[in-house]
Amino acid sequence: MILKINNLHSEVAGKSILKGLNIEVKAGEVHAIMGPNGAGKSTLANIIAGREDYEVTQGTIELNGEDISELAPEERAHAGVFLSFQYPVEIPGVSVTNFIKTAINENRKARGLEDMPAKDMLQKIREKSELLEIDRKFLSRSLNEGFSGGEKKRNEIFQMAMLEPKLAILDETDSGLDIDALRIVANGVNKLKSKDNAVIVITHYQRLLDYIVPDFVHVLYDGKIVKSGDASLALELEAKGYDWIKQELVS
Amino acid sequence: MELKDKILSSYVAFENEMDMNSDIHEIRTKAFENFEKLGFPTKKLEAWKYTSLNPILKNDFCILPNKEVSVDLAEVRKYFISDIDSYKVIFIDGKYSSFLSETTHDTIDVCLMSAALTKPKYKVVIENYFNKIAKQDNLTSLNTAFAKEGAYIYIPKNVEVQKPIQIINLTTGAEIATMMQPRNLIVVEENAHVQIIERHQSLNSNAVLSNVVTEVFVGRNATVDYYKIQNDNLNASLVDNTYIEQKTNSEVSVHTFSFGGNITRNNLNFYQRGEHINSILKGITIIEEKQHVDHHTLVHHIEPNCESHQDYKGIYDERSTGVFNGKVIVEKEAQKTNAYQQNNNVLVSDKATVNAKPQLEIFADDVKCSHGCTIGQLDDDALFYMQQRGIPKKEGKALLMYAFANTVLDSVKIPEVKKRITKLIAQKLKVNIGFDL
Repeated sequence: MILKINNLHSEVAGKSILKGLNIEVKAGEVHAIMGPNGAGKSTLANIIAGREDYEVTQGTIELNGEDISELAPEERAHAGVFLSFQYPVEIPGVSVTNFIKTAINENRKARGLEDMPAKDMLQKIREKSELLEIDRKFLSRSLNEGFSGGEKKRNEIFQMAMLEPKLAILDETDSGLDIDALRIVANGVNKLKSKDNAVIVITHYQRLLDYIVPDFVHVLYDGKIVKSGDASLALELEAKGYDWIKQELVS
Repeated sequence: MELKDKILSSYVAFENEMDMNSDIHEIRTKAFENFEKLGFPTKKLEAWKYTSLNPILKNDFCILPNKEVSVDLAEVRKYFISDIDSYKVIFIDGKYSSFLSETTHDTIDVCLMSAALTKPKYKVVIENYFNKIAKQDNLTSLNTAFAKEGAYIYIPKNVEVQKPIQIINLTTGAEIATMMQPRNLIVVEENAHVQIIERHQSLNSNAVLSNVVTEVFVGRNATVDYYKIQNDNLNASLVDNTYIEQKTNSEVSVHTFSFGGNITRNNLNFYQRGEHINSILKGITIIEEKQHVDHHTLVHHIEPNCESHQDYKGIYDERSTGVFNGKVIVEKEAQKTNAYQQNNNVLVSDKATVNAKPQLEIFADDVKCSHGCTIGQLDDDALFYMQQRGIPKKEGKALLMYAFANTVLDSVKIPEVKKRITKLIAQKLKVNIGFDL
């Protein structure tokens, strides 16, 4: 079991967002979490990653059988959690290359390893940037500064490819992408999938799921998973919207 | 005895050793009278509203230090940029150290102010330039009254000096408290080029107050790059009064790196006397504890078609305090001036303070003048982003601060200086940044 969330409740600025959420994700699986605006999708992503402004009031989050709910964000990253941000942050003055080098070496340091030799690092950067069809020049630019929406998301998946996480959470990775960028990003994610890791795709739309095919689809509504199914559930949601689920819940 | 009285009586002793018949004597006497009248600046003066010298003026300063103290090269080498070939003018407690220095009279003069003020061969240059642009304010007058030693640099027409010149003032702390009045004169003639690195360093924890005056004259088409490295200990204070006059087509950049000291006050003044002049003023301040750094800049645009670029960044931790007062005057004749001023500050601690004041006095109507000022905290979103990628909070903060200051380093033209500053910043931020940004 890669991720096991049990009865998770959370508050942001005193407002209750998650209200008893449960989910289990096994190695090799792709899960999609869909749901209307304000259902708590991004909150869930941020809580798993350990963002401090989100308070867990009840419940547990286990990664590979270990409770991670008390860990700092960087410790969760070291344990293998990766979040592809909906809105990646711009950091002027730090190049993409230097940022990823620092991140990789900090992850290695946490595992008691030496810095990655420069030659290996370059080789890996070359390999992974080709996978995401990223131009060499792009790598020396300041992180996300002046990047288009598509470049930002590609850069997120590039970092994911470099860091090789156990659990990747893609928060609205498809938003702001044109169809070509979407294909490149999805292709990258698919190539990174293995029997040892897992992916959670958070999305509004079915579109991305044409490319990254989920094993399970969950509907998050009002802070809880209210319905789960296979990939066909996503198609049904796309066709019928969320209202029928709300009605099902009422009745 | 009050410090001012002590200074007044010391002056008599000082003058007794000097040549009473020289023109310099007259200049000193006038300056002395001026200081006698004005005294030390107080917070009542607008320019000193946020910087009080009172706490340090209580020290029983030795005004005319004359103990001969020798220092070990191994001990002070770290204060030089030693991995490059350079000229060096080095003073220990205000006295020239021929052992540590490397001066020259080959084509250019890199030597001593005491020689320039007394020897006939320098008479013309001294007459033309000495004390010509230095203001007649309190502390500059005090320095002029005691002007005797410092660096004298003369670069004749068309000479591109290949090696940087380092001016280093070391204080050994032989006295409980020492007051220094270094006086530098730098004349760069037409088409000439020179790079200068200046540093003041106290070698132990006894109090020091260095009141420095540097006059720089830059001829047509000449370029000067000036780097001031301020990383002194907690009992050493510095008042740096620098006056720069530029002629047509010249370019001067001054980078001020303020990383430590008790009270550091930088009065950096540019006077543009010509057209198509470019003046560049940059600074990085990173301080903590109860340190105080005050940048007072002045750019006086007198003639048309000139530029000035100011970019000062500050990172303030603990109870440190900072001041940025950037004054730009654009005279009526100075049409098509392009004056840019930027001052950004990060307060790392709740107890740190910054007072920022842009002061633009524009009398011309066809100019481009902009200024921007920010005072803020580190971006939490950026910090979380880095942590999410496995970079611990402390390293993430350092990386953010480092990146924040980075734009100022871009324009440093001596790679070894850039490397040194990078290292100092990493040290200041207590983190090992394993790469160049």
